[in-house]
Amino acid sequence: MLDARIPDGPLEDKWSHYKAHAKLVNPANRKKLEVIVVGTGLAGSSIAASLGEMGYSVKSFCFQDTPRRAHSVAAQGGVNACKNYKNDGDSVFRMFYDTIKGGDFRAREGNVYRMAECSANLIDQAVAQGVPFGREYGGYLNNRSFGGVQVSRTFYARGQTGQQLLLGAYQALMRQVGAGTVQLFARHEMQDLVVIDGKARGIIVRNMDTGELERHGAHAVVLATGGFGKIYYLSTLAMGCNGSAIWRAHKRGAYMANPSWTQIHPTSLPQSGEYQSKLTLMSESLRNDGRIWVPKQKEETREPNQIPEEERDYYLERRYPAFGNLSPRDIASRAAKERIDAGFGIGPLKNAVYLDFSKAIKDQGEDKIRKKYGNLFRMYEKITGVNAYQEPMRISPAAHFSMGGLWVDYELMTTIPGLFALGEANFADHGANRLGANSLLQASVDGYFIAPYTMANYLADEIKTGPIDIRHGAFAAAEENVQQFLKRLMGIQGNLGADYFHKELGKILYDKCGLSRSKEGLEAAIREINELRESFWQRLYVPGGYALNSELEKAGRVADYLELGALMCYDALMRDESCGAHFRVEHQTPEGEAMRNDEDFSFISAWEWAGVEKEPQLHKEPLHFEFVTPSVRSYK
Amino acid sequence: MRIRLKVWRQENQQDPGKMMTYVLGDINPHMSFLEMLDTLNEQLLQEGSRPVEFDHDCREGICGQCGIMINGRAHGPLKNTTTCQLHMRSFKDNEEIVIEPFRATAFPVKCDLKVDRTAFDRVIASGGFISVNTGQAPEANSIPISSPDVEAAFDAAACIGCGACVAVCKNSSAALFTSAKISHMVLLPQGEIEAQTRVRSMVDQMDAEGFGHCSNTEACEAECPQQISVLHIARMNYEYNKAQVLKK
Ligand SMILES: Cc1cc2nc3c(=O)[nH]c(=O)nc-3n(C[C@H](O)[C@H](O)[C@H](O)COP(=O)(O)OP(=O)(O)OC[C@H]3O[C@@H](n4cnc5c(N)ncnc54)[C@H](O)[C@@H]3O)c2cc1C
Ligand code: FES
Repeated sequence: MLDARIPDGPLEDKWSHYKAHAKLVNPANRKKLEVIVVGTGLAGSSIAASLGEMGYSVKSFCFQDTPRRAHSVAAQGGVNACKNYKNDGDSVFRMFYDTIKGGDFRAREGNVYRMAECSANLIDQAVAQGVPFGREYGGYLNNRSFGGVQVSRTFYARGQTGQQLLLGAYQALMRQVGAGTVQLFARHEMQDLVVIDGKARGIIVRNMDTGELERHGAHAVVLATGGFGKIYYLSTLAMGCNGSAIWRAHKRGAYMANPSWTQIHPTSLPQSGEYQSKLTLMSESLRNDGRIWVPKQKEETREPNQIPEEERDYYLERRYPAFGNLSPRDIASRAAKERIDAGFGIGPLKNAVYLDFSKAIKDQGEDKIRKKYGNLFRMYEKITGVNAYQEPMRISPAAHFSMGGLWVDYELMTTIPGLFALGEANFADHGANRLGANSLLQASVDGYFIAPYTMANYLADEIKTGPIDIRHGAFAAAEENVQQFLKRLMGIQGNLGADYFHKELGKILYDKCGLSRSKEGLEAAIREINELRESFWQRLYVPGGYALNSELEKAGRVADYLELGALMCYDALMRDESCGAHFRVEHQTPEGEAMRNDEDFSFISAWEWAGVEKEPQLHKEPLHFEFVTPSVRSYK
Repeated sequence: MRIRLKVWRQENQQDPGKMMTYVLGDINPHMSFLEMLDTLNEQLLQEGSRPVEFDHDCREGICGQCGIMINGRAHGPLKNTTTCQLHMRSFKDNEEIVIEPFRATAFPVKCDLKVDRTAFDRVIASGGFISVNTGQAPEANSIPISSPDVEAAFDAAACIGCGACVAVCKNSSAALFTSAKISHMVLLPQGEIEAQTRVRSMVDQMDAEGFGHCSNTEACEAECPQQISVLHIARMNYEYNKAQVLKK
């Protein structure tokens, strides 16, 4: 049984107690300790900068051409923090409770409480870095409320909160690069993890411009490589987002936790054709003022503005009167899918619902709405050519966030000692459903406030180790492994590009391991994915050579996705209950609400790699609720 | 729709490069420009040729990774729009579209349409930050900042670092990029303390990277996807002169 090593004692004291007793590294010794950080999003930039400031020798890697483009940049809506500036009854405990409940009681109490506890500090740090959060006229910070909670605890910088937070972290990182404590390796993709005597000791990376493979050794390795929602092909993630770094670590022994839990975001722009490469997110903050509806009549042909009020079905307000349009994401997405599947979908492909601002514009005036959401309305018009001040937006659900990821303990360390996972790459704090604006927070606090302590606790014992020798046999073997893998991809010389397989995989997953799942569907999906993987290794075509080659990059990622996709299905199949974003059709109430089974499934699944074609091995980390009582998650 | 593309092809930094012509027969006007390039690449792949390398990632106008010259304009014909947010409905049936990389001495071409923009990172590393270590920050509301000041700082901070400003400038100047960061910081009380050292080192680094001087043509503002104003350049010059005068 897996042990998360959560400190004993009252909830409020766990983290301070941990910090007070964790081992420290003498400043004079820090320079001798090397740390590799893969990823430069909020989690990666913040840990690399923080460790650099403390005096460690850090190497930072990302696949984009500069750290500032990590996908954290795309977060729009905001970041949660418990400051109670609105005097509306917020507290660390309430934030903890909202998060635990939002995650459908499938997260660890200790971790979630710590995240809420550290949240206030993040706002202080960001403001000091110059992040221009929205303010009130008196000059003090403003908040908005965000999907699934009843207090206003979301800080925002217009609709570009992620960009501004990331620039703060990026600038802190670049300051360390300038100071020489951090060495930057942009356009370097991690290919393998090097494990020596059971400990993470380095990585093999591919220089994406020259194609050369490089060995980098370190006393600890951090993976902060973000989410793998791009596995669905159509998603709100960036084209380069991938699961490769964590997957290769998984194949070296790190367990994957809850891999099937994917958040499908309710407010993205619908797919308009086969050529489509991504689904653009419309910030959830729009649900503060927009009302969601579909026509009451099937096969409606009238334009939305022609449909009278009484012929509209505001289905979220109808089904969940207490939370209405602000219901949590899993609920809102499923309710949309229910209407679309029942034949009430709108738009040319009948795959969308309306998000309507007419009432808000009437009540508050167009100017006020423009001030709040101007950039989002502009973006909507750019993409669709439609003016949403005059007619409702069309939205639909899209794969968005991976609640699953590498299993980590309280110290954010994986099952491989010395390998840490931060941010969206770990499975951490969101349980079976993430609340809006909690993941910028999680990525940031992991990097700024948690890992600097827990990593020091690990590194304190590494001082005696001395420099890591990259001539060690394990480095040579890992490099050889990568070389063979790339050769194999290049050698197939079939007739289909990597995108073809990626799109096919995405369809299988959306269909059978997406918003709703069933035993038959998942079993079929595993078969189909295995067949697709076989065909990939026979029919893939990678044109070009070993140097700069986007097709080769994509092929490597898709090869990993094909294995990870199968694991997601195994995980969803094993979890014979509904919880949060994981909806098994076999387990629902007559009204179609998810039915959890705490008796049998109050645990985190952690999977061990057993080899291609082999069934992965399940380990369980039981969840204990000492401070809250799991209840039925009702938003009615 | 049917379109004719003239695309810059260049194997690597050493290769002199050349324009190649391709014809696409079946383009949906609702496709994004990059999806049109995906379609071209699928066609090239089927023919067994090397697809066109181009930069992109978020495809929603915020990461700043995409960026090409389209018919001589950075990011194409629409104002304040990144390449990834441009759609084929902005072009005519049978139109010829010329596609080239962002060119500048400080942005060497790596392959086809991909250029090296790491010079921007070095400009930021030279001083584009507020020196605050993790853990040093005071309570956030202890520094009230008026809403208009914060919004003005935001306008500058919104830069996505795509490099369009450099690509359209006849001198390949990075003045808009650099000044946006200087403005962002100097408009906030937190950023004022380091104002002088920051502006001097960033301007020096910008020159060292081989970016040209600003001659006030304002072409940069016109092509900037984030509508960053040239007034920031004026502020940078003012701050720079002030710093030089006050230099100890
Ligand atoms: C469109 C969108 C909107 C969102 N809006 C919000 C919001 O309003 N509020 C909120 O709280 N959350 C939001 N989220 C979620 C949140 O943005 C992410 O969960 C969070 O930013 C993840 O940060 P990260 O540091 O873990 O990863 P990322 O920012 O994704 O960074 C990943 C890093 O890893 C690197 N990397 C990945 N693979 C490799 C590899 N193999 N080798 C080398 N480097 C690699 C990348 O280069 C990158 O630097 C949103 C997400 C999306 C997609
Ligand atoms: S791809 Fe990110 S801005 Fe265009």
